Amino acid sequence: MESLTNRKRVVSDKPMTFLEKLYLPAIWGGMFITLKHIFKKNHTIKYPEEQRVFAPVYRGMHVLKRDEEGRENCTACGLCAVACPAEAITMVAEERKKGEEHLYREEKYAASYEINMLRCIFCGLCEEACPKEAVFLTDRIVPTEFDRNDFIYDKSVLVEPINDRIDITKRQNTGKRGVI
Amino acid sequence: MDTALLIEKLVLVVLLFLVSLGIAAYSTYFERKLAAWIQDRVGPDRAGPFGILQPIADGVKMFMKEDFTPKNADRWLFILGPGIAMFTALITSSIVPWGTDLYLFGRTIVLQVADFNIGILFVFGTISIGVYGIMIGGWASNNKYSLYGAIRASSQMISYELAMGISAITIIMMSGSLGLTDIVKSQHGMNWNIFYQPVCFLVFFICALAETNRAPFDLPECESELIGGYHTEYSSMKLGLFLFAEYVSMFVSSAIISILFFGGYNFPGMDHFSGNTLALLSVLVFFAKIFFFIFVIMWIRWTIPRFRFDQLMHLGWKVLIPIAIINLMLTGIVIAFHEGWFLN
Repeated sequence: MESLTNRKRVVSDKPMTFLEKLYLPAIWGGMFITLKHIFKKNHTIKYPEEQRVFAPVYRGMHVLKRDEEGRENCTACGLCAVACPAEAITMVAEERKKGEEHLYREEKYAASYEINMLRCIFCGLCEEACPKEAVFLTDRIVPTEFDRNDFIYDKSVLVEPINDRIDITKRQNTGKRGVI
Repeated sequence: MDTALLIEKLVLVVLLFLVSLGIAAYSTYFERKLAAWIQDRVGPDRAGPFGILQPIADGVKMFMKEDFTPKNADRWLFILGPGIAMFTALITSSIVPWGTDLYLFGRTIVLQVADFNIGILFVFGTISIGVYGIMIGGWASNNKYSLYGAIRASSQMISYELAMGISAITIIMMSGSLGLTDIVKSQHGMNWNIFYQPVCFLVFFICALAETNRAPFDLPECESELIGGYHTEYSSMKLGLFLFAEYVSMFVSSAIISILFFGGYNFPGMDHFSGNTLALLSVLVFFAKIFFFIFVIMWIRWTIPRFRFDQLMHLGWKVLIPIAIINLMLTGIVIAFHEGWFLN
């Protein structure tokens, strides 16, 4: 077949010469290469002190957003749970009572909302499915735990605090998703 | 036997024990560091400055782990295995001459625990017993991987001990004595055996790698195929002893290689010194040589991939032994010629 790239290498099985059969020159060559690497710069990032800079599109731990008045955006429509390929999301819907208007933006809300972080594959499909701009993935890392049950995050972890909002603009303003 | 000699030897034995263990401990640290450098990594750097306390942390960890014995294992042999491995690794250092004589308190102190006139034979004897540690450990574990490791260890020992012995005989012919002291003294100054016997050195060095189960001949453990080989079932400090014995024997075999081929404690220009200065310098030079060989052995481990078992056997029986025998015969002819056998 005609080679288009001109990078083709013909494999030959010619018998080895005496020098090649000795293997020693090849071994010394190899040892010289490893010796050179001893003096090369290492590329280790010493994690707790140094942290790798995340890409702007990094998909980490989820957040359930509130609107400007501090009301939860989520209406428990369940689209994120349907979209989730790992079956990590579950929720229970509840109707908003009188006097709860300052807590929930619409008349239906999620009484419980749980994401199993061990099942989650951080694909971001929940974020894409959400019609209410409620669930987003952030650049936060899911911390380690000793108990598997501790990885099931409920609303107390997922909903952002009113006074300490989670910034999601970095990931959202990458140009791929349009500017918020 | 006078008391002073007894004390002197006891101090030397204890010192040697501590030095062997200390060097073995820091070999583990240095091995990990070297591996890291070769692979463009940092290596252990958390325990103390530059990770210098890592061996202590490792030791504590080994002791704290659960000491597990498999249900169907042979209990006593299971305990005996690592013991033998460690014991034989340590005892070989007793006949190594560490330096020239030291003069203290009006006495001449020989820096050698025991000067056997059959030193080399003692070395080979203890090294061959060393494989029993691995064999017994692998057999007693009652695990097929361990058994495979044990079988490999024993067959590897048998095939490499021959070539090693023959190359040692060549050196014995050169120096005319089996005692390590005489072998060292015959290489006074820069008159090292490596300049007369480079091929013999190569054979001996390859065999020494195989005898200490170091890469590329670490088939008895062989993580990828045998999951640790003979120490698959071991845990806690028994595993620690096995791993430690490997480093101790690496230290000792580096010492033996230095003695046989690189003049032991001899160094060029040693005639300008005398007395205790010479003794101290010679010990330092000897340790420098040992450290160099430990470095080379580690360097080889992180360069060359492991042999396949049939390649290992092929190299041992069909390559190294013929080379060693031919070298032995040529040396014999040259020595005979030198002695004037063919002249009349």
